[in-house]
Amino acid sequence: MAGHAGILINSKSILLQKTFRCSTMESHILGQQLVNGLALGSIYGLIAVGYTMVYGIIGMINFAHGDIYMVAAYITAICIAVLSFFGINTVAIVLLITLAVTIFIIALYGWSIERVAYKPLRNSTRLAPLISAIGVSLILQNYVQVSQGARTQAVPTMIQGAFRFGSETDFFQITYIQTLLVVVSFLSMGILTWIIQKTSLGRQCRAVQQDRKMASLLGINTDRIISTVFIMGSSMAAVAGVLVTLNYGSFDFYIGFVTGIKAFTAAVLGGIGSLPGAMLGGIILGMSESLFSGLVNTDYKDVFAFSLLVLVLIFRPSGLLGKPAVEKV
Amino acid sequence: MSEYLLEIQDVNASYGPIQALRGVSMNVREGEIVTLIGANGAGKSTLLMTIFGDPQASSGSIHYRGQEITHIPMHEISRLGIAQVPEGRRIFPGMSVEENLRMGTMPIGDTHQETDLQTMFAMFPRLKERRSQRAGTLSGGEQQMLAIGRALMSRPRLLLLDEPSLGLAPLIVRQILSSLRTIADQGTTIFLVEQNANHALKLADRGYVMVNGEIRLSGTGEELLANPEVRNAYLGGH
Repeated sequence: MAGHAGILINSKSILLQKTFRCSTMESHILGQQLVNGLALGSIYGLIAVGYTMVYGIIGMINFAHGDIYMVAAYITAICIAVLSFFGINTVAIVLLITLAVTIFIIALYGWSIERVAYKPLRNSTRLAPLISAIGVSLILQNYVQVSQGARTQAVPTMIQGAFRFGSETDFFQITYIQTLLVVVSFLSMGILTWIIQKTSLGRQCRAVQQDRKMASLLGINTDRIISTVFIMGSSMAAVAGVLVTLNYGSFDFYIGFVTGIKAFTAAVLGGIGSLPGAMLGGIILGMSESLFSGLVNTDYKDVFAFSLLVLVLIFRPSGLLGKPAVEKV
Repeated sequence: MSEYLLEIQDVNASYGPIQALRGVSMNVREGEIVTLIGANGAGKSTLLMTIFGDPQASSGSIHYRGQEITHIPMHEISRLGIAQVPEGRRIFPGMSVEENLRMGTMPIGDTHQETDLQTMFAMFPRLKERRSQRAGTLSGGEQQMLAIGRALMSRPRLLLLDEPSLGLAPLIVRQILSSLRTIADQGTTIFLVEQNANHALKLADRGYVMVNGEIRLSGTGEELLANPEVRNAYLGGH
């Protein structure tokens, strides 16, 4: 009898230990995936801002936006290489110069694409600029593939190390680069929100978004505001491109497609046309995708992300923060 | 310098195949209140928009203070000192009342923004009460006041208004029209497009009657009010 009881107790304690272990492990995975999700989500948010702003102002989905981000990744790598060729190796300086150069060049890309591919189609059917955007997307992909090669490119890790939380064996970490990524993303979004909400330029952007003709009657050069919006959206994609390249270290000419579609999903999720919506949608998409791949299955994370989109579109078609479309009478 | 502030000569304009204006000639002198009356679809709003270049006049000319403005891009017109309160008010629904008013200073810059803001609040106290409210939530009359206030923020020499009385209660219409009187007395020239002929002609120094894109009649406010044709067509025939 006593023996039996002993075994029972023993097995019970082992069972207990197992459950306990398991739960601490899972909480660390959970923590890690939340951190990864936040990093991924900020990137989606940064890119989603470009989709949502362009949609807000000219009612068009800029399918070339993901490829703008891809070009930004290449420019980042080229910039880092050039700087190291000249012997500039101080991390902070390299980061600042790379960020500035990439934003400048990508803003130029965004501005020229709008001028060449969308502006001439301003008064044509809604589908025309959309198709033009797909064309621009293909051109960018192929032009980068031809000029830079089809192989996956890599940049050396510039910042190493991480903040660790938990014990020696069970821990989750936030790498310094992830911290930088999240901080810079939120900072950029903060600056953009401030420009849109508080400055005269932002007021003009919102005016053009709400009623283009009236804005024009009030003396706003709407073409210039639309160009500005493309520049702002592209700059955000440039920031995302720099951060992703630093964080993941490798990229190819095709990364703009999937990331672009995901960011577009984020924009729709948050309510397309809404700036805070794009950021929120990005974070939610990044987090849930990351949690799903950590806790359920990595292979189906895209399926999960897009199922989320389908659900939102069924139950809340205007997105989380979007306003329902009202027919103007 | 010509004797007219605004002079429209033999203007034709069309929306695609539909000709909306046929040889329209009219003028506004500095300091006047001039009204243009006519039925729905007569081309009144088109004429106001043609001054701003959309649709552009296919022939004829528009002069403002002696300068030809027929082909000047829309966003540059307001910088010349012309402001428009367009059909349907077109306030920015997602912006606050205050932001809407601030938008009005675009053509002249921010120099007078704060003083002019206070002037508008003094003229339309309702707007002051609702200064941080989203403009889309205002009532029709308040939106009309906001649209007029926004136009005045650019300190225009010439104010164009498109049916400011449309859809408003008679009491509010009287308020709006009396504020137009005040604005005119302060030295702004007013060109008022109206379907509400009775009110408009009483307010105006001179008037034009538009039918099917053509100017049919013109004269002083009293003359037109007394004209049997006008009385039959626009004043219910009594």
